[in-house]
Amino acid sequence: MSGEQLLSVGIDIGTTTTQLVFSRLTVQNEGTPFSVPHFAITEKEILYSSKIHFTPLLSDTVIVTAGVAQIVVPEHAAAGMAKADVQIGAVFITGGTARKENAAEVLSTLSGYAGDFVVATAGPALESVLAGKGSGAQSYSEAHQCAVLNFDIGGGTTNLALFDCGRLIDTGCLNVGGRLMKVKPDGTVTYLSPVLQPYFHFVIGQQLAPQELEAVTGFLVSVLEKAVSGQAVPDGFLTDKAITVRGNPLFSFSGGVADLIDDTTREPFAYGDLGVLLGKAIFASSLCGKQFLRAKETIRATVIGAGSHTTELSGSTILYDRVEFPLKNLPVATLAPGEEFEDSAIVAEKIRRRSALFSADGSPSVLGLQGRANPKFSELCKLADGVALGLEPSAQAGNPLIIAVEADMGKALGQALRMLLPEVPLICLDGVHLPEGSYLDIGSPVASGQVLPVVVKTLALG
Amino acid sequence: MNQDELKKIVAQMLSELHPQETPSSVPEPPVKAGEYKPSQIIVQEEALQDISKVDLRQQYLVENPHNAAAFQSLRAKTPARLGVGRAGTRYKTSTLLRFRADHAAAQDSVFSMVPDDFAKAHGLIPVQTKCTDKDEYLTRPDLGRRFDENNQKVIVEVCKQQRVVLVIGDGLSSAAITANAPDCAAAIRQGLKNYGIELGKSLYIKFCRVGASDHIGDLTGCELVCMLVGERPGLVTNESMSAYITYKPYCGISESKRTVVSNIHKQGVSAVEAGAHIASLIDRMLKQKASGIDLTEAAT
Repeated sequence: MSGEQLLSVGIDIGTTTTQLVFSRLTVQNEGTPFSVPHFAITEKEILYSSKIHFTPLLSDTVIVTAGVAQIVVPEHAAAGMAKADVQIGAVFITGGTARKENAAEVLSTLSGYAGDFVVATAGPALESVLAGKGSGAQSYSEAHQCAVLNFDIGGGTTNLALFDCGRLIDTGCLNVGGRLMKVKPDGTVTYLSPVLQPYFHFVIGQQLAPQELEAVTGFLVSVLEKAVSGQAVPDGFLTDKAITVRGNPLFSFSGGVADLIDDTTREPFAYGDLGVLLGKAIFASSLCGKQFLRAKETIRATVIGAGSHTTELSGSTILYDRVEFPLKNLPVATLAPGEEFEDSAIVAEKIRRRSALFSADGSPSVLGLQGRANPKFSELCKLADGVALGLEPSAQAGNPLIIAVEADMGKALGQALRMLLPEVPLICLDGVHLPEGSYLDIGSPVASGQVLPVVVKTLALG
Repeated sequence: MNQDELKKIVAQMLSELHPQETPSSVPEPPVKAGEYKPSQIIVQEEALQDISKVDLRQQYLVENPHNAAAFQSLRAKTPARLGVGRAGTRYKTSTLLRFRADHAAAQDSVFSMVPDDFAKAHGLIPVQTKCTDKDEYLTRPDLGRRFDENNQKVIVEVCKQQRVVLVIGDGLSSAAITANAPDCAAAIRQGLKNYGIELGKSLYIKFCRVGASDHIGDLTGCELVCMLVGERPGLVTNESMSAYITYKPYCGISESKRTVVSNIHKQGVSAVEAGAHIASLIDRMLKQKASGIDLTEAAT
């Protein structure tokens, strides 16, 4: 079996750099011919990595949309890829850049440049996961059956992801990066991030002594040390939520600053920012104490994550009917696990109360369920009754019914729903874990139409 | 004791301590009887744990492992009996007992019968192949594929108007059928209804082999037979069921013309999800007018 190949693009617009990668994903049926099919992404091959470009910024709060396009279009040509060749992929505005005023506009412009099912997304938790996977920290953790904590240290933020035996345990994100200050070679400050302003009262144009700069990098390192040892982080540095670190994971470093950790060749202000000094300070700190791991991919970790690790496949026995793909930025609401197998009327009531998403005024949304590993047929029907009843207002308003269940029962539940609501557009997929409040993108079917590529996001822009 | 005697004793002790220096000595057994300490027996007041309820994928019996967590994560991927440790050169007691318990369960499933009221309870029409008892069923596979005249009449009467015939046969595991067949059949029925295919009454076939499908094909002239049948039990599960689906079956059709969906059980594919898959498979077969190796995966 040769499998089906998908061309995927990843575009990462970070605080400091903008990059692209093209990769080829192979989808294959791993089941035997005598069993129910089981499709999986069996290979991820990077075909082309772009140059590392500086992100074009008009000011500290505005990205130059045209400037980003001027990077993306020629890189497509250099890679020999046409817009139409790309089937799936992701554009990420990451780190502090996602907080720029026109982030949404940039994303929507780029979605067109990079294929049909290119999801436009950002969100600190997802960024941390992608950097952790793209850097190779996750696969190291799996191969060595150990815990690895990856620090992806970029220009504006540090994304933390903790893996144990290959499984994601927790994420976190901090406002620590190499570009929180811009400094000329003579030590003159040209930019001071608002995050640092309460702690360091430098004036733009002020020339700093080496020990003053060391105080800044030392402070940033102490923020990282506190974050991973369960201590409170100084105000303003936590972007998302604190990470909980248990045990003694191996520390791994990716992101642009990872290349500077034990570098002795570069001038202190080679990049006009704190990067080189921050790298040195990290190397000298307890973070690099006895043993640490330089990630396999450093500055490209996030973009590789975006290109190769964003897309998952749904389960292989699913149902979809009368739906136009792709579907983007679908908000997710879930039922509590215990609530799913109550009486149909109660389930319906819970769905309606759970979220206004499923009211007649709502837009297309996803109902996330856990399901049950070996449901009886009667249980299945009861659940379908409740779901159909609960989603009726949404269906009558013309929205497709989209249900994502974790346990392998998507096709059976879909067929039960189809019986109850014969005409409405319907998707019932399984094998996907959807946290409450996440967003889902669903691409056009692959593998002879048997599976759907999906992306689970923590934040939707645009 | 004089000095010579003392020397002699010391020399003897040394030779005992270093037996390799005296090649004539008899090799010692790896475990000396005197060093053997029987494992401590803890007397429990409460009932003993049901050994067959332990999930083998979670069990790891090696003592003092180098990296138990790493092995366990591999272990979770297979029901094979790995990481069972050892007592000397043998299995531990719990491993041996579990093996025998699983073997007994497998044999039980082959030799026990699906309850008499099973067909009635699930609205199935009972028929029986030419086998008259379990021994004949096991020793004469040919008889398990054909029906006598009385049963033929019933089959023709029940199925002759049906385009698709769904049947349930005991096969080699009664436990598989009672555990999975009703839920799976219900899911198939529901799924086919969505594709516009209404099923009629289903048969329950006692002493059933897969080839009985072919006789049903000849008797009824139906377009397709889907048979849910108990699989030969193994040591992993005794509840595994398969679906054998044949497009236009007839006596003498090649086995390669059948499509099979196997491993329908709790740890495999659940009965309802398998049923939903089988329904879409049947729809594809009717469209392509083919099953087995003739069926292609063309997009629907």
